[in-house]
Amino acid sequence: MKRYLLPLIVFAVLVGFLAVGLKLDPREVPSPLIDKPAPAFSLPRLDEPAQQLALGDLKGKVWLLNVWASWCVACRIEHPVLVDLAKSGAVPIYGLNYKDKREDALAWLAKHGDPYRVSLSDTQGLVGIDFGVYGVPETFVIDKTGTIRLKHIGPVTPDVLRDTILPLVKKLDA
Amino acid sequence: MPRLLPKVAPKLAPMLLALLLAWLGGAMAQEARPLAADPALEAKVMHIAEELRCLVCQNETIAASQADLAVDLRQQIRLKLQQGQSREQIVDFMVQRYGDFVLYKPPLKGSTWLLWGGPFVLLGIALVALGVNIRRRRSAGAPLQADESARARRLLDQEPG
Repeated sequence: MKRYLLPLIVFAVLVGFLAVGLKLDPREVPSPLIDKPAPAFSLPRLDEPAQQLALGDLKGKVWLLNVWASWCVACRIEHPVLVDLAKSGAVPIYGLNYKDKREDALAWLAKHGDPYRVSLSDTQGLVGIDFGVYGVPETFVIDKTGTIRLKHIGPVTPDVLRDTILPLVKKLDA
Repeated sequence: MPRLLPKVAPKLAPMLLALLLAWLGGAMAQEARPLAADPALEAKVMHIAEELRCLVCQNETIAASQADLAVDLRQQIRLKLQQGQSREQIVDFMVQRYGDFVLYKPPLKGSTWLLWGGPFVLLGIALVALGVNIRRRRSAGAPLQADESARARRLLDQEPG
């Protein structure tokens, strides 16, 4: 009996590791920016390129930074969720229009709705690099002091919004 | 000579065409060369880029990947080298943004000790198991007692069936 016990234990441990491995998404790389100050930026507004918006302008409130692009297919999946969120007024959403053409981006917003207080044009993708963006869409929760509290990679689903983002926003707002 | 020409000409035409194509191919390859005018700088860029993982296609280096982000990050490395930054500064820049995951050679620290030490721990366990096993086999090979060898003799002497 004893000689079967050891292989059985080894097998169980292996199955345990593989089961956990199955649940992990290798695409989701933990961001080192969590609980660090958001990288400073100053970018032209998508709607009014003559005007700039900087990180400092957003201090004092909790806000979402949503990285999007008109060429991004997955952005279309999350877009209705963001539009609904904007309507509810729970938290202001700012857009980072990542490596996009201005006219494409404006046409995309006109067609699918505009949930953003302001979208910023990151044509070169340099602010995206500062935020460690590697796949669009990505969403950051930034608190009143300008600290990044959460990074969500991939489309924001209603579940993620209800279970993770909104509770965090509520906590940070309090 | 003039009589030879009609025989050679049909063979000559494809050869000329091949030469022309080869030359054209060469000309096109010229066009596709990297943008950097400075090969020494480009070599340095690639040297650093080879240590960094592309986050879009995770099993490729930034040097090998053709993903947009990899192209952008190579450009960042190029700019920073031109500004006189060191390899360490550039690697730090990447780690600050993308975490240790971008490094193909992760640093030895609290969260990575299992990664570095794990194989040695496994080797240790295997060696201990081997030692125990060898000792057990040795003791199993102890000489037979008198009554045991008598019984073995009897069994061996029996006629089969």
